[in-house]
Order: sequence, then C-alpha cells, then structure tokens
Amino acid sequence: MIEISDLRKLYVMGEEEVAALAGVTLSIGRGENVAVIGPSGSGKSSLMNILGGLDRPSTGVYRFEGEDVGAFSDDELAEFRRRRIGFVFQSFQLLPRLTALQNVELPMIYAGLAPRERRDRAAEMLERVGLGPRMGHKPTQLSGGQQQRVAIARSLANSPDLLLADEPTGALDTQTGQEVLALFKQLNREGLTLILVTHDHDVAASTDRRISFRDGLVVSDERGV
Amino acid sequence: MRSIELLRFATGAIIAHPMRSALTSLGVVIGVAAVVMMTSIGLGAQQRVTSTIAGLGSNLIIVSPGASRGGAGGGGGGFVMGAAGSGQSLKDADAEAIAKQVENVAAIAPVVRGQAQLTADGANWNSRIEGVTPDYLVARDLAIASGRMFDERESRQGRKVVVIGQTVARELWGDLDPVGRRVRVRSVPFEVIGVLESKGQSSFGQDQDDVLLGPLEAVRSRIVGRRARGDTVQTIYVKAVDADSLDRVQEDVVNLLREQHRIRAGDDDDFQTQNMASILQASQAAVATFTILLAAVAAVSLVVGGVGIMNIMLVAVTERTREIGLRMAVGAKRSQVLIQFALEAITLSLAGGLIGLLIGVLGAVAVAKLGAWPVAIPPWAGPIALGFSSLVGLVFGAYPSWRAARLDPIEALRRE
Repeated sequence: MIEISDLRKLYVMGEEEVAALAGVTLSIGRGENVAVIGPSGSGKSSLMNILGGLDRPSTGVYRFEGEDVGAFSDDELAEFRRRRIGFVFQSFQLLPRLTALQNVELPMIYAGLAPRERRDRAAEMLERVGLGPRMGHKPTQLSGGQQQRVAIARSLANSPDLLLADEPTGALDTQTGQEVLALFKQLNREGLTLILVTHDHDVAASTDRRISFRDGLVVSDERGV
Repeated sequence: MRSIELLRFATGAIIAHPMRSALTSLGVVIGVAAVVMMTSIGLGAQQRVTSTIAGLGSNLIIVSPGASRGGAGGGGGGFVMGAAGSGQSLKDADAEAIAKQVENVAAIAPVVRGQAQLTADGANWNSRIEGVTPDYLVARDLAIASGRMFDERESRQGRKVVVIGQTVARELWGDLDPVGRRVRVRSVPFEVIGVLESKGQSSFGQDQDDVLLGPLEAVRSRIVGRRARGDTVQTIYVKAVDADSLDRVQEDVVNLLREQHRIRAGDDDDFQTQNMASILQASQAAVATFTILLAAVAAVSLVVGGVGIMNIMLVAVTERTREIGLRMAVGAKRSQVLIQFALEAITLSLAGGLIGLLIGVLGAVAVAKLGAWPVAIPPWAGPIALGFSSLVGLVFGAYPSWRAARLDPIEALRRE
C-alpha cells in the first residue's frame, strides 16, 4: 500500500540545513500493524506528516496505492487526507465547543455527507469505540481516555485506508493507554492498516512490526511479537 | 461539501461568544446607524427645501428692485426673496411692458406688501397684506378654498375687498365662515370675499397662511402708500408657460427692463431677477453637498467598525490555530478555511449592519417625531446599508481569513 524510496526531508535552520529524514526506503502493506519508534528528533514525526499528507518530501518518492502523493497539490493533499487517512493525536485535538457526536461528524461534513447520514454514522462510530452513551457530552465533560476514543471515532468517520496515531497514549495513564492500544489492535484485526508513532517501547510492543529511527534513518525493522 | 456547512461553521463560532461578537459588531452598528440617520436627515432637508421652493410657484421668475451682480440671476444667494424691496425701481409700467412684449408668459403679477394691524368683530391680529392682481393666484400656484378671488374690474376700481389666508381667518373668526364679513386693515374697512387654501409653513419658518390679498391699487394707496410712490411695486412675479421657456423668458425680461429703465450697456441692472429653477437647483445642490458631508463623516465610523472586526478576527485566527490545523488534517481545503473565516467576518458585519439599519431608521423616526428636523428615510437605505456592511466584512475579513488559510497544518496542530 505504501511505497517510499530514498525519502528526504530537509529544513533550513538559520545557516544550517538539517535533514529530518535522510533517505528512507520502506514499504508497508495493507492490513499491517506497524510501530515507528525513535527518540524525539529521530525523524519519526516528519515521516508521519509526510505519510499523512500534511507535508511534502524534499526529495524521494512516496506512493500510496500507486499514486504519487509527493506530487499532489494542496487541494489534492486535502482530499487525500480526507478520504484515505485517519489521524489520532497525542493531545486529542477535539474542538471544545462541539459535542462528541459533532466532533466525529466534522470530517464527514467536509466529505459532503447529508446531516442525517453523518449523524447516524457518527453515532455508530462512537458505539464502536464504546462511547455510545456519552455522544452528547462536550470534551471537557469527558476523561482523557474517553476524549481519545472520540478522536479515534472521528479518525474512522470517513472509512480511511490508513490510521496514523502520533503518541496516542502519551497523555493517558497506563491503564487507559492499554485500553486504547487494545482498541487499535481490534481495529487492525478488523482490517485497518495502522501506523503508530511512539518513543515508548512498551507501546511499540503491542504491534506486529517495529521500525526504529535514529537521525533520520531506519536503524532496524523487526517483525513478530 | 455543501457551502451551507461553511456558513454553519461561521455562525457557530459567532454564537459561541455572544458578548464578544456583539461588541465586535458594535462599530458597524454605530456606523450604519449614523449613515442611515444622516442621509435621512439630509434627504428630509432636501425635500423640504424643494417643496418650499416649489410652493412659491413653478416656472416662476421673481423680479425685485435693487442692484444685482451683473444680472446673472439665480444662484445660491437666492433665499432673500420678499426681503428685497427696499428700492423703488419697479413700476406698474414695467409689469405692463412685460405683459405686452415678452412671449411665453403665463401670468404676470406685480405685488406691493405691507404689515398691518387687523381688527374684526372685537378680535385683533397683525398680518402681512399684499396688494396683487387676480393673476397672482396663477403665478404663485395658490387656490381659493371658499368664496372667490376679486376680478380685474374690482382690482382696477380699487374696491376694498380681500382674500385671506387660513391663519388670519382662524385668528379673527375662529371656526366661523369669514366670507362676507368685514375686517379693518389699519382702520380701513375691507370686505372678505374669499379664503385661500392652506400652504402651511415654509422651511424658513414663515406661516404662508398668515396673509391678506387685496387689489393692488387699493392696498397701495390706502395701506402701504404712505411710504411708496404711487406707481411702484415691490416685486413682479413672471410665470413662464413651461420649464423649457423659463430661461428665455428671464432673458427677455432682463433685456426689456434694462430698456425700460434706460440702463446703458455695461452698467449694472437696478433690479434683480431670480429664476425658481436655478434657485431650486442651487439649494438642492447645497443640501446634497451637506448630506454627502454628513454621510461621509458617518462612513468613517463604519470603517472604524471594520477595523474592529479585523482586529477580533485576527485574534480569533490566533486563538483557533489548532482548530484550523485540525480542520485541515481531517480534509478541509485552504479555500474552505478561507471562506469559513470570511463568512464569519461578513456575518458579524452584516448582523451589525441590520441592527444599525434598524437603529438608524428608529432614530430618524424619533427625530421626525420630536419635530426638530424634517426626515425622509431614503428607500435605498436598506440595500445600501446591508451592501456596505457586507463589503466592510469582506474587506476587513479578507486579511485574517487569508492568514487562517495559509497556516501550515503541522505548525497549527502543534500550537498550544
């Protein structure tokens, strides 16, 4: 599903040019459950941003289902994110003035779904993450774990091909974090491709494949539990 | 996606902060209300000036004694009609000559004026008396409400009859019918034969119904004659047959009177002519300028209101940076973010415009009710107010919206 070759991302920091990604070649297949591990500054976030279509590579090729995402325009990238990608962030990124249900509806509004259709689907997604009874609550009325479940429901709203989770348990206690990871595992078993970006090896241990980054390069790529 | 959803996002954000939104719109509210009120006041003044001047008679040329500036006629200084009567250069013969020799004249009316104490059936009143010919009614567009006007024969014979205005009738006889009664004007008895239709108050505050009209000869010899020579008149009204011939008639009158008065080429006239059309034009232009000035001052506050909207929208974009980042992450295009924020600014401004329009109209009506000033709300006030407030929202919302749309989603999501 994902093919990247010799991917580089360069930033200009003052006089210096820094390579966040220094030539990465990878392929990830449909239905995989992958952890991208590395300390901060290793390039894992840059990789996630490019994979999710939030950023473009400086050089190299990124193909998603055969399409050259690196050559997309801003509008094409927006559509790519909307149709193909679901994001889960460390800080949940829920809109505080909207209810759980309305937060989950948001991506479907941009997809042009009719109000009734998207409300039904948002309710279904919240049921799926176990938050059916709380869909009328605002984020401030929900616990951290519940907020992250709302965010996961939102990421599933437009039936993405790929779910990208950036430190999804970083703001949660161990117990809640485990529940969220269990939810990811279940979603993966149901066929969703999952890429989990983390610096935490315990979190990474929950996945089937672990790709380690250091200084913008892949240092290990191991499979199996 | 459907565009109505972007409007829903915009209104949702406005409703989320009702107090802030209200204060943001306040500048536009004040601006639009001020523009509406100022133009209403200006238009009211313009209409009153127009009706007053038209009320003096249409297609009218006023000839009065005294030197004029080069005989150009008309002009913005034309508000002194009736006051110019100091000279004695106009004679009956001038009026007769105009009647005989100038073409396209519908009516000609020489006038003498005086102020006189009236007594009738125990009541007292002080009023204006004018000595006129029957044609005076035609020249000034006056009409008889009851009774009749005196005719040529009565006028020539110097019969002591008068036609009175509504104010005089009321002050002397209350609700009684004055026709056929006697009134003493400076002790000289006159018979009332008619009552004029009401013309109301002029915009200069003069009661146009507080007047008596008597035959020229009788009034001149018995009432004002002590000061005036036997054949002088104070004003000659010349009514042209239509508006097109007005200038031509005025020119002919000037030439004829110069000839009559033996004024040599190059010398100044010893009379003035004022053309109602040019007076109307000049005064309308003056009022229009004054209205535009007022509206322009008011429009400045509308611009200030726009700056207020821009300020708050910039704050909103900064505050909601993460929201913008998230919207982009879930698939919003830059153009959709741009439109969302632009709609927010336009909605704020337009809502302010609507409220301002309402306040402006109510304010204008209040001014009219208090009677301080004539008010006419222009029919285009609504569309213009709403159009301009939308424009203000669009112009001042453009920069903040552009700032929102060009945010880098990664940076935006990272913002605390």
